[in-house]
Amino acid sequence: MLQRTSYLTKRYGDSDGHTLAVYERDGGYQQAKRALQMDRAALIDEMKAANIRGRGGAGFPMGVKWSFMPWPPKPEKPHYLVINADEGEPGTFKDRTIMEKNPHSIVEGCIIGCFGIGAHAAYIYVRDELHLAKARLWEAIAEAKKKGYLGDKPFGIDYPVEVYVHTGAGAYICGEETSLLNSLEGKRGEPRLKPPFPAQAGAFGMPSTVNNLETIAIVPTALAMGGDNFSKLSAIHNLKDGGARLFGVSGHVNKPGIYECAVGLTLRELIYDLGGGVKGGELLAVIPGGSSCPILRAEEIVKAPDPKSPLHPYDGKSVLDVPLGVDTFRSLGTMLGTCCAIVLSDLADPVLAFHNLLQFYRHESCGQCTPCREGSAWLFRILDRIVQGEAEVAELDRLSEIASNIMGNTICAFGEGTAMPTLGFLLKFRRELEEFIVTKGKSGTRRLAL
Amino acid sequence: MTFALSDERERTLQEILSRYPTKMAATIPFLHLCQEQHGWVSDEICEYVAKRLDLSAAHVKGVATFYSLFNKEPVGKHQVWVCRTLPCALAGAENVLKHCEKRLGIHAGETTRDGKVTLRTAECLASCGSGPMMQVDRDYYENLTLAEVDKILDRVTR
Repeated sequence: MLQRTSYLTKRYGDSDGHTLAVYERDGGYQQAKRALQMDRAALIDEMKAANIRGRGGAGFPMGVKWSFMPWPPKPEKPHYLVINADEGEPGTFKDRTIMEKNPHSIVEGCIIGCFGIGAHAAYIYVRDELHLAKARLWEAIAEAKKKGYLGDKPFGIDYPVEVYVHTGAGAYICGEETSLLNSLEGKRGEPRLKPPFPAQAGAFGMPSTVNNLETIAIVPTALAMGGDNFSKLSAIHNLKDGGARLFGVSGHVNKPGIYECAVGLTLRELIYDLGGGVKGGELLAVIPGGSSCPILRAEEIVKAPDPKSPLHPYDGKSVLDVPLGVDTFRSLGTMLGTCCAIVLSDLADPVLAFHNLLQFYRHESCGQCTPCREGSAWLFRILDRIVQGEAEVAELDRLSEIASNIMGNTICAFGEGTAMPTLGFLLKFRRELEEFIVTKGKSGTRRLAL
Repeated sequence: MTFALSDERERTLQEILSRYPTKMAATIPFLHLCQEQHGWVSDEICEYVAKRLDLSAAHVKGVATFYSLFNKEPVGKHQVWVCRTLPCALAGAENVLKHCEKRLGIHAGETTRDGKVTLRTAECLASCGSGPMMQVDRDYYENLTLAEVDKILDRVTR
């Protein structure tokens, strides 16, 4: 169901929309002040009721994550809030807009988050390339500090909070939370084994919560509305997938961009109503939420005869008409991911798209685990041979075998992030891949750009 | 000449150190400061950072070589990155890259002979709705046409 909202994006068009003056005019920082005077358990209950599913890709309920923190905090074990703004999942460009255009929502979210998890410091981990975003965040922190909203006594209340920006140095893997923690600590960004989970031993070995940037930015809105009211904005509130979020669309659409809507939007609405329709040709396929999510073909139909399936209400309908939700898309055999879709028209060659993505994964594997380091390179080399017209059809089975051997055999989910889209392309585009190999590429359109 | 941070950057470093409970956490921001000053991260810089933060040089070198934005050798005065990942590729990134290679007379990964420009491809720069795009030093240039690419290259090769 298409329902535009503007909680985070209201001032996106204003040249001074990122300033404290504008943010406060809209009621900004009232919720941080209120939260610091709330009972911690009551705050967490509100957040649980809000059904904010993590916006970074995994979709874990944020309030539940906060509640995992040990309580009460021990003086010798300070808690930390860590915000993941290492936005680098291909197709995803939503967090950058919040940092550049509404940074105070993040700072306010951090104050509330720190209180909720018993932390006194928040680190926002921003990828280094985003220079404007970093500058806007630092400006917002300085403005808030000057007003007395951060520091030893925010709003005059005895609960010290500091917020810092930390930068990476170009590594997709640092978007993985334990890799990010290593990077924050000044180490190579290699993922850690879990357990221990960050709530037990996170940043600097201390109990920590890692939240995606959009997740923390929506917290003041959810608190202002009340958890339940916020959750009910969503058309799939019943699936504990609440509120409003940013939806992105890129690739072959007429109006690529970021659109804020209530949860429950469908791909058809995102592509046609918001994205202005497919540019050049007809819709071939869509990668729903960042490149690690298995691809969906336009003509796919939902099969969910089981009344217990979250997809059952959409049984027999097009996949394009399923609400974009964490559980609905997981049940479709793909993922909601970051909720930023990549659209392919039928003028584009899906084999080249597959090749392009495998080049990305080969480049970004951190190299710590052998199945992923070697596997991602093998996958890419086979795809490269296919594109060069040197491969045989039997090698498609080898792709599947390599991908299956990465799955479940690595420390972090990057392995799955490489294997799942690979298996997805193999499943959905087997015929096109075989034809491409047999005809040495003559069967395809041989292009990505229109 | 032995490497040392400029006075202004030294002050920035002190402020950076105050943000973290450990010195090690300053490794990446410190390396950024050094690269800003020196253009790339040499072994000498790794040793300098290690000494200042009470770390081993091997640790710092391990960090410096892990992250793609730390230059392990001298680079051009200007850095041009063309995003090549799928959303930009669907918007025409390959043409932008080819055009840059032709105009500059180098391949991606190389530096022009006069040392002015290093051209590289980048993996997704979070600008998927505004491709094709390139990053030049600290700035993003989005929704590029080849005419705009020419203007940008004119400026950096001047």
